[in-house]
Amino acid sequence: MSVAATHRVSGWGNTTPVRVRLVDDAEVDMSAFGSRGAIPRGLGRAYGDAAQNSGGTVVRATGETIDLDDATGLVRVSAAVSIDELLRHVIPAGWFVPVSAGTRFVTIGGAIAADIHGKNHHRDGSFGDWVRSVRMLLASGDDVVVTPQSDPELFAATCGGMGLTGLIREATVQLIPVSSSQMAVSTRRCNDLDAVMSTMVDAEDTNRYTVAWVDATVRGARCGRGIVTFGDHAEDASGADPTAYRPRSPVRIPGPAVPLVNSVTGRIFSEMWFRRAPRARDDETMSIPAYFHPLDGVDRWNRVWGRRGFVQHQFVVPLDADDVVREALATVAASRPANFLNVLKRFGPGSDRPLSFPMPGWTLTMDLPATAEVASMLRGLDERVLAAGGRHYLAKDALVSPAAVSAGYPDLERFRSVRDRVDPNRVWCSDLSRRLGL
Amino acid sequence: MRDASGGVQNIVVFGGTSEIAVATLAHLITPSTTAVVLACRDVDAGRAVAESLDVADTVEVVVEHWDATAHDSHQGVVDAIGARVGDLDIVIMAAGVLGNQDALEADPTSAVGMIDANVTGPVVTLLACARQMRAQGHGHLVVLSSVASVRVRRAAAVYGAAKSALDQFALAMADGLSADGVDVTVVRPGFVHGRMTAGRPPAPFATTPDAVGAATAAAVRRGRRVVWVPSALRAVFAVLSLLPRPLFRAIADR
Repeated sequence: MSVAATHRVSGWGNTTPVRVRLVDDAEVDMSAFGSRGAIPRGLGRAYGDAAQNSGGTVVRATGETIDLDDATGLVRVSAAVSIDELLRHVIPAGWFVPVSAGTRFVTIGGAIAADIHGKNHHRDGSFGDWVRSVRMLLASGDDVVVTPQSDPELFAATCGGMGLTGLIREATVQLIPVSSSQMAVSTRRCNDLDAVMSTMVDAEDTNRYTVAWVDATVRGARCGRGIVTFGDHAEDASGADPTAYRPRSPVRIPGPAVPLVNSVTGRIFSEMWFRRAPRARDDETMSIPAYFHPLDGVDRWNRVWGRRGFVQHQFVVPLDADDVVREALATVAASRPANFLNVLKRFGPGSDRPLSFPMPGWTLTMDLPATAEVASMLRGLDERVLAAGGRHYLAKDALVSPAAVSAGYPDLERFRSVRDRVDPNRVWCSDLSRRLGL
Repeated sequence: MRDASGGVQNIVVFGGTSEIAVATLAHLITPSTTAVVLACRDVDAGRAVAESLDVADTVEVVVEHWDATAHDSHQGVVDAIGARVGDLDIVIMAAGVLGNQDALEADPTSAVGMIDANVTGPVVTLLACARQMRAQGHGHLVVLSSVASVRVRRAAAVYGAAKSALDQFALAMADGLSADGVDVTVVRPGFVHGRMTAGRPPAPFATTPDAVGAATAAAVRRGRRVVWVPSALRAVFAVLSLLPRPLFRAIADR
């Protein structure tokens, strides 16, 4: 493969960039993939190596269809459409995505392939729960429509399947009705992890969305202190244009990627961020972008980690293993990390999808530098996670071992059987699938 | 494959029973490692080395038969290793025989096997590995050269020339491979105490297999192209290389 024909791609953490051949879906030729195969790629928001394929091909999704049924909220949408584009179209019509990740710059295809979850998992599940059908390109070259009824195993393997069952081209998704584009939000500032967790548990009964930012830059009893926000879509439909949706254009940080995050700036930011939050506040009106996608306000914010990149480590442990969360934060804090962003959520029941990440429990997400020391620390932590019956999120992962995946995903063989059926030669493959032996 | 911390999964050693190879493995194996392949001529010796390696249960250690002088087989061995473990992340070429210059001069035909083992076999095998790594878009080739390659002495003319050929080949390949995402590290140890040098008087700046292993692993991690062991030899040979031949002979051929 000549260098001239290749592009450099990486995950959002920018840790293992590779050169790939990039083709658009419209031009895809299954027979031209060669021995390294191909993987679909949306907006490249997976943090690790899920949407890259060293020495091989990456297929960029194409398509702009957004066909919304105003009456039912069912939307037929191209997989290449981002949640951002979809929201601009559907919110003014009084509809919203049932599940949204922390960024709106993910494609529908990516949302399905990662089976994304949001702050409302305990109530609304993950994205795959709301998908009624997908149209996808299989390794055989066939373009097929798959529903949970027509081929339950393929459908279940595809939602959360990280693109490894085929290229999703279009999907039909059920949206939820909203009467306004505003959110009614409550905030609680909690001085330790116990308070964060009990606040979240209490809030879940009466709030659709719950999430906490937790501090891993302080040690001792204060480690894990945080800010819990919970809320729902604002009911009040008064005002001239209640479902108007106008997200601001992102601010762009000029210049090259410079490492702004270190243990000092991380500590300072965390202290300021914690103090900034009100101790308790209710009924604050926030826009959808401000509540759901705060980081999207800064374009390519991942550049604050510099050229070295970073990892976003996310795991889930069962509800009764909350001490693993405590230990994770304490371990990170003890290493005086370059760290400023840790998010805690609670999951409700999972699904039968073999590679879907959510399961009932606490899920902690931490942004950390991609160094050998951090990897070693996380490896020790991962043993505890797996021993407690937890697992890692493949859309974020850049570090775990194949053993961690086979331990964490008991239905991995079911997933492999589906691939054996629809893709025995493993035409669809990625650096992730090679690294983790999927 | 590599992970975000720079850890790699598969390490392949050609000449896998050599002391330097074993020492390098000890320094290269990390918790990210999932497979180690020892490619060697004596499979039983390879199995003994495999058992002596201190690795976690999750690491698969494979012994493959590889004869440096069986040139028709090299591509097949590389293919078989790839089929067994997946992508070749790091390949270490640690094969080599020191030989005896006097014996070679007394029996010229015996030099054939020596050159095959030190040059032809390694070069063909490395070409096969480079081709695979180019297709992978990633990989790291580590070539065990020697300071004897830098300015060849009369006392080890065939060995030095052979190592020089291998050394130059590796450096030349490095230039092209870096654009394909493949790194090359050439290791130039001085006199290494061990089986191969048993009975010989040590030269100045002698070193040990463990020191070579540690320096090699560090160079691989940092992506350095040439590493001298001990590092002082870089400066020593910078001077020696510039000496007029008669002066060099007087110093080197003791």
